[in-house]
Amino acid sequence: MRRHFEIELEALQGRVLEMGGLVQRAIHLSVESLQGRNIGAAAEATDEVIERIEPSVNELHREIDQRAIDLLALQQVMAVDLRFVTAATRIGSDLERMSDRSVNIARRSISILTNPNPKLVIQIPRMAETVEAMVRDSLAAFGSRDEDLARSILDRDQEVDEYRDVVFQELVDEVTVETRFIQQALDFILISRNLERIADHATNIAESVVFMVAGEDIRHRYNTAASS
Amino acid sequence: MVVHTGDHQMIMSARPALDSRATPEILAGKPTAPSAVVKLAVNKLSCFYGTNKAVRDVSIGIHEYRTTALIGPSGCGKSTFLRALNRMNEVVPGARVEGEMLLDGQDMLQMELTNLRRRVGMVFQKANPFPKSIFDNVAYGLRLHGGKGSHLASAVEQSLQRAALWDEVKDKLHRSAFELSGGQQQRLSIARALAVSPEVLLLDEPCSALDPISTARIEELLYDLKNTCTLVIVTHNMQQAARASDYTGYFLMGSLVEFDETRKMFENPSRQETEDYITGRFG
Repeated sequence: MRRHFEIELEALQGRVLEMGGLVQRAIHLSVESLQGRNIGAAAEATDEVIERIEPSVNELHREIDQRAIDLLALQQVMAVDLRFVTAATRIGSDLERMSDRSVNIARRSISILTNPNPKLVIQIPRMAETVEAMVRDSLAAFGSRDEDLARSILDRDQEVDEYRDVVFQELVDEVTVETRFIQQALDFILISRNLERIADHATNIAESVVFMVAGEDIRHRYNTAASS
Repeated sequence: MVVHTGDHQMIMSARPALDSRATPEILAGKPTAPSAVVKLAVNKLSCFYGTNKAVRDVSIGIHEYRTTALIGPSGCGKSTFLRALNRMNEVVPGARVEGEMLLDGQDMLQMELTNLRRRVGMVFQKANPFPKSIFDNVAYGLRLHGGKGSHLASAVEQSLQRAALWDEVKDKLHRSAFELSGGQQQRLSIARALAVSPEVLLLDEPCSALDPISTARIEELLYDLKNTCTLVIVTHNMQQAARASDYTGYFLMGSLVEFDETRKMFENPSRQETEDYITGRFG
């Protein structure tokens, strides 16, 4: 006997993964536009992120929450199903924030590329590559309920934090000797900050997957260890 | 739409019944049944036992191919209302009804009783198989309407399949119905009711005597049945109403306090009385 609410659970998972696919594209477009150094292509990519992807992401965010509320109120989901629904709403919120961060990156990229001689901070593409892989794997872990893959993402957050610190120091050194680079430096710092926050959200998704699969709440453990 | 009914205000959904957020089919990405018309319209129905007014001026529209649940505390009138829908109360001495009940626009109070009960079937709280074989239980109503031979056997099989019982009984159709478990007997009762192809099926607490697994089976059965039948279920189990229905009506002291989409009733009811009941603060 297959209960009909299982179909609704699958539909909820499908919407989260659909939202995840859109967010992955938004992140990729926002970073790619900077690397291409083409203001026209960057403007197009930014338009796609802001005008098309972001509204769809927001709509899916609302739909996911409504589906979750329906399942909680009408189907009285329990145990693994309850953890799944809880994880789905948390992941929806993380994805929505990641989409906002992508919009920020796209806007900063345009700002940089409008400069007649844009510089490219070499660590940013590497950092972006790591962040995109974390996002991809966190969603794959959710889709396949893969606890091991989810746990493997947690360690990579530190790597991204280190990139952020290196980028910051590199830019500080740069503006110390060349003050006209200040505006670009600020844009790059904001981009690295947004990438680092996207990685944090990917880590949150991984933690939600561990909670969903194993019932273990591992949030804030890494932060506690780092501050001690 | 807001309708005043006696001492209580009845809230009816102003949204179309096929609102895309209303149905589990759409939530699950499945197509909905094509119809959302009112199958059974009740206008200002009151039921009396002697001088006691058990149901008070109830008006409600039961949507075709949907499941409507009626909830409320004991003695609120929900079962009396359900029984009135196929005129079961007429056999109770001193009982009478006032008001109007229309099935596809036809006056149910003027219909020939056998015809009405063929179109509006009833399943009771306690499974009540006849002291006959499984086959003869299902065939009973069909024979009353002239069914015989291979057509009869085919109709019995179809009814048992619709009641999700066929696989469990196909090799023992001529054994006594009393050999079945409680959950199977209740599905047999549903198969018997379905045999005469009712347009509306009324269910009075059909799971209250069943274990959780049997209850889940019946709920899944109801979910499938609404593709071909309009269902009205009385239940004291609010969770069951939430799980199994598209619309919910809340009865209190004989009045219909609120009637709306089940999702609305359980997530954001309009009336404080409904909220108090479904949150366990009353009743």
